[in-house]
Formats: sequence, structure tokens, C-alpha cells
Amino acid sequence: MLKGLLKLSWIEMKIFLREPMGVVGSLVLPVLLFVFVGRALQFSPRGPEPPVSRLPFNIAILTALLISLGAVQSLVAIMAIYREGGILKRLRATPLSPVTILGAHVLVKLVFTLVAMIIMVMAGRRVLPGAMPEHGASFIAAVLLGTTSILSLGFVMASLVRSARFAQALGAALTYVMLALSGVFFSVERLPGWLQVVANALPTTHAVRLMRAIWSGAGWSTQLTTVAALAAIFAVCIAFSTRWFRWE
Amino acid sequence: MSSAVVTVRALSKRYGRTVAIADVSLDVYEGEIFGLIGPNGAGKTTTMECIQGSRRADGGTISVLGLDPRRDSTALRRRIGVQHQEAQLQKRIKVWEALDLWASLYDRDSVVDSNALLDRLGLAGKRDTRFMNLSGGQKQRLFIALALIHRPELVFLDELTTGLDPQARRAIWELVRDIRARGSTVFLTTHLMEEAERLCDRVAIIEHGRVIEMGTPLELVARHCPQRCVFYSTDEEDGERQHELRGEGDDFVTEVIHRIARDGAHVRGFRTELPTLEDVFLKLTGRAIRD
Repeated sequence: MLKGLLKLSWIEMKIFLREPMGVVGSLVLPVLLFVFVGRALQFSPRGPEPPVSRLPFNIAILTALLISLGAVQSLVAIMAIYREGGILKRLRATPLSPVTILGAHVLVKLVFTLVAMIIMVMAGRRVLPGAMPEHGASFIAAVLLGTTSILSLGFVMASLVRSARFAQALGAALTYVMLALSGVFFSVERLPGWLQVVANALPTTHAVRLMRAIWSGAGWSTQLTTVAALAAIFAVCIAFSTRWFRWE
Repeated sequence: MSSAVVTVRALSKRYGRTVAIADVSLDVYEGEIFGLIGPNGAGKTTTMECIQGSRRADGGTISVLGLDPRRDSTALRRRIGVQHQEAQLQKRIKVWEALDLWASLYDRDSVVDSNALLDRLGLAGKRDTRFMNLSGGQKQRLFIALALIHRPELVFLDELTTGLDPQARRAIWELVRDIRARGSTVFLTTHLMEEAERLCDRVAIIEHGRVIEMGTPLELVARHCPQRCVFYSTDEEDGERQHELRGEGDDFVTEVIHRIARDGAHVRGFRTELPTLEDVFLKLTGRAIRD
């Protein structure tokens, strides 16, 4: 059903672009934040010295994480709205397989994440020269991998909640928790032991670890544990959602 | 009689402790409009969803177009068209995009020309309109279009006209008759007795999850409500006089007319009151339809 997958993804992309607030919130705002905050705070004026950060965290990784979490929040909201409106049920009554229907939404979110990341890296090269890594593509790949794992947690949320209103509230709450514990602001090792366990169960923590490593030039071969953790969380979340996802 | 496209025997389904349907048996024949009628909550939608294969029954057997709806669900979905009660589409999807998407999901050979379909359903001018900007009747016609895009042999319509105004409702009835005229079988549910009476070749009345009666609307009326009532007024020397005669059977009205003719009365007004499916329904279920 490749044709159905592509057609559904394409239509969902067009529909997403027709909602200006969604586009601004998930694509434009994070990149603007990156450009302005990055320019104002993080990097000292251009000079012969390597740029020095005035922020205690990497604004590029924070931005990438915000883009990724925005995609997840949007996914959870869309699933809840589509379920409430009987749209999922109607699609389910066609020959489309369940995997195709949900896979299309993952594809759409990954495409928009990719677009946002490309804009971010290109804007970064222009506005913050010298601050961006050479291997932008590798960094983007790390972001997409992390996003895929976080999206799978989005399906768990979409499986658990009934109403669209609750889905948005839960999505937002979990986003804050994931953001706080991800290690983007301070290292996970500084958390109390039990909270470290929580943090390591969340895909965001591993996503940030991977992004940070790739950003600072580490090779993918040194990140196999982190990649494995992202894959494991993905597998568990998908298995859970396959069992508990509600179509109506 | 033509062959059965849907055969249901002893179907049952409960949700927790609530019995949704119990011991439902029915047949739907090729080329007919079959109506499952009953009050809201009687089990119409559950029965229909079990037949479509989207809901697992607890007991009983179902055969649809020779297939088992659960085991052969993918094969069945290619041959049936469905419209769900109170369904929505993506708010910002355009009419042509929805048809284009649906068309891509079925075999190319079976898909109908979507422009012709929109024309037929009176949506030709709405091709570029977003779903959220369609009226209730237009939305329902779009759902009919999506259900018909792949020339299904069997079409399921669940509470198709609920919430529509009388004009839109009548337009939809015409479309449903057109589906039958083009060779498809229609299985619909409704809680509107007028709709069932005007549209359906045969109906099954379902109440508290059980089928309590089945037949053509005329058969059911003749069986359960044979009463006829004739009102007429005649000119007399002392002015106009009203008459009211009640009786039973198909010949009753004819007998009354013969009698009036024999008497040589000068008739001013003449009106008959014949029972409807709604009367049958109220008699059998003992209460008004819940809305």
C-alpha cells in the first residue's frame, strides 16, 4: 500500500500547512528562537577566537529538541482529534492497513522536522558563522532518529487518552517533564538516583545525548549504546501502541 | 427471490454487562434496500459494525458476500462501501482531495470517475471546498461519494439523514434509490420511520438488541395495523354532516366508497387515514421513538 501511504502523507502535509498557527508554532518559532537567542546570548561577536557560549546549554540542541517535541505534541493532538471525529474509524474501513494510517502521520512529522532542521542549520550557518558543525547532515540525522523514538512515545500517549482536550494537556505536561529531564539544561548525572532512572526511560534523554555527541563531532560508532536505547524505547512504545491504540 | 448477500445467524454482542445485541438473525438480498430500524441504542450500529467486520461479535455467524467479515476483512473492505454515523473528515481537506485519496486505495479498474460522481451527487461546484465549509447535507453526500468510489457491491449507510433538513433528506433518498438502480445492495439503519417506509424494500425492527419483526413495510402494516379510517362529509338538508368510519382490511375503503355511491349522497370532503410503519413500530415497541 505504498501508494496509499504516500497519498495520505501528501494530503496530511497539505492539511497541516493550511493551519497557520500549527506551522508557526512548530516550524517558525523554534528557528526564530534559535536565531535570535543564539545571536544575542550564546555566541560572542565574531572574532579570531572560537565562539564562546554565554549560555550554560547548547541552544542548537535545545531548538532541535523543541522542534522534535512540537512534532510529538502535534501528533498526539491530531490522533485525538481524528479519533473523536471518527476520521480514524473511517480510514480504518478502507483497505488501508492500520500501520499505513499511523505511519503516514509519522512520515509527515519527520518530513516537517527535517525541513525545520534544514532551515535551522542553514540559518545557523548564516547568522552564527563558525558556530555550526561541519557535519550538519549527520546532526540532522541524529535529530530525526531521536524524533522517531519520541514520536513512538506520542503513540503511547495517543493510545492512553480518550479526549482531544485531555490529549493536549497531557502532551504539554509530558513535554515539560521530558524537556526538564532531557539533559539539555543540566547533565542527567546531577539528578537524584531515582530521577535518573526516570530520565533514562524517556527517549528525549537519549535523543539529547546522541545530538550532543554528534554535534561535538563524535562518530556514530561511538554512539551505539545511545542508538540502541532509542531503538529499544521505540520498540517498546510501538508494541504497547499496537496492543492498546484505540481507533474510536 | 434473489440470493442473500448478507446472512446473519444468532448474532450476539455485549459491552461489559450491557447486552448490545442478542440473537440477531437476518438476511439481506441482492439488489434491495434493506433497513434496520429501531430506536437509538437498540443495537442498529453494533449489528452493522459486526457485519462490516469492524467489530468482533461475541457469538453467532455472519457471511457477507460469501466472506467472513473478521477473517477476510481486507478482502471484504474492497467490496463494500461504508458511511458512518456522525463521521467527520479532516477539517481542511478539500472535496477533490478526499475523493483522490479514497480512489487511490482501491483497484484502479474498479474506481469510478470522481468528477462524474461529484456531478451525480450535486457536489460538482464544491470540488475545491474544504470539508469544514460544507453544509450538513453536502458532507453526507461527500460520504456517500466516498462509499461509492470503488463501485461496491454492498453499501452500508448508518443514520444517513439524521440532522438534515427535509429538502436535503429527500435529495439523499433519491441518491440511495439511485445506488440500488445501479445494481448495488444497500444496508441502512435509521430511526426515522418515514425514511424506512419510503426507501426500504424490506425492514427489520430491532429493539433492545433483538429483531422483533421483519418484512416489507406494507406487509408489516397489514400484519400489525390493519385498521383503516375513512372521514367524509355530506350535504344534508340541515347542513353539512361529518362521518367517521373505522374498519379493517384492504377492501374496507372500497366498501365505504360503494356504500356512499349506493346511498347517492352528495360528498363534500373525503379523506382516508391509513396506518404507517410508525404505527406498527409504536404498537410493537409500545412507546414513542427516542430522539
